[in-house]
Amino acid sequence: MTPSRQAFTAIVAKDLRTELRTMRSLPAMILFAVTTFIIFRFGLDRTALSGSLASGVIWTTLLFAAILGINRIFLPEREEGGFDAFRLAPVDRPVLFAAKAAVLFLYLAVLEVIVVPVFAVFFLQDWGGLIPLVLVLLATNLGFAALGTLISSMAVNSRARDLLVPLLLLPLVVPLMIAATGATSPLLDAGGPSYDKFGTWLLVLGLYDGVFCLVGYAVFDFLLED
Amino acid sequence: MPDGSDNAIRLRNLGRDYGERPALEGIELDLPEGSSLAVLGPNGSGKSTLLRVLATLLRPSRGEVEVLGCSLPNDSWKLRGRIGYLGHEPLLYEDLTGRENLEFQARLYGIPAGLAAERIESDLGTLGMGRRANYRVSDYSAGMKQRIAICRAVLHRPALLLLDEPESNLDPEGREAARSLIGHPGQLAWGSEAPVTRVAVSHEPEKAREESDRVLELAIGGVVA
Repeated sequence: MTPSRQAFTAIVAKDLRTELRTMRSLPAMILFAVTTFIIFRFGLDRTALSGSLASGVIWTTLLFAAILGINRIFLPEREEGGFDAFRLAPVDRPVLFAAKAAVLFLYLAVLEVIVVPVFAVFFLQDWGGLIPLVLVLLATNLGFAALGTLISSMAVNSRARDLLVPLLLLPLVVPLMIAATGATSPLLDAGGPSYDKFGTWLLVLGLYDGVFCLVGYAVFDFLLED
Repeated sequence: MPDGSDNAIRLRNLGRDYGERPALEGIELDLPEGSSLAVLGPNGSGKSTLLRVLATLLRPSRGEVEVLGCSLPNDSWKLRGRIGYLGHEPLLYEDLTGRENLEFQARLYGIPAGLAAERIESDLGTLGMGRRANYRVSDYSAGMKQRIAICRAVLHRPALLLLDEPESNLDPEGREAARSLIGHPGQLAWGSEAPVTRVAVSHEPEKAREESDRVLELAIGGVVA
């Protein structure tokens, strides 16, 4: 077998190079998130949000923007024969899962670097909670990436994949969203960030990440089978 | 008939179904290492399915399949990296250049960078794609894609070549050039030390019989000869 690290970096580099060249996923995700913030701004008719409402707005927007990326993560493999090429190569198959999850994680990180400041400008009066929010974003991204990669690999061979991804993903992502909003809500309180149950919610996020990383790594081999 | 241990491929009563429809039925074959087999037959007779089963991309529905000493599907993981497969699809990423596709392939197969660069240059040169390999695959004609796909299939110098209509889309010059990379195993330019076995699907019976050591003729629903 090829050293897994070499295959992992090859796949990640290939995907990032393709995205930089075609801009097929990230601009759509960013544009969707920014547009959604604008709709919330005028729809709610509020210039400032705090607490659970702010937390709900940011996580709902990020979740649906993430689905755009999740839908496309395996598209080149499906449409250009990459799955067959990978199945013929002397590479452990879970390496493809790990590489695709890493790419999705990077997409989400770039998305958040751009759209979280936009959210702050639109809705936040106190920016003090943004630094600890980075921890919540990173932990939630890992869960999104693991679950999203798993679901996308299951749905990609279906003609109804655009429908299947949200249908399969949304019920499974509920615990992740509960923990993410629970951790974010006190950070965005009007009077400045508080850390009520912050550690507990981070622990829940960590557990969720661990479970879906392990599940994805364990079952991915079977998902690539004929 | 050669001894079983010298066979690159050994099939006993191989069958493969798609749902309830049989695509392959009762295939028997002993193909010695280092020899060349032509697979003939009309559309829908299961030629491509047979190649995909041998390439470990499809599981056999019944029968025994042994490829390079590995029993399929149980030992299919042992075959990864030992097969060169050229199917109907070129298995190339459209948004990468031809050269980038081959470099990616080389990294997946763990070919050291220096050796990979040497092979890529040599194979691209053989197929007349040296300069054009720097264009994106999405800009290629079907023939150019086929040339890069041939380079991809042999880049890791496989012990078994599985070729589905390898000369399709190639012009006469391209066909001639391709022969030194995927022609009869005894005449391959890359001169593997271990014997290379070749299985090629063809729609040209006369030429296939001339260029191959053995012929397997499939009919819809079973083997003819």
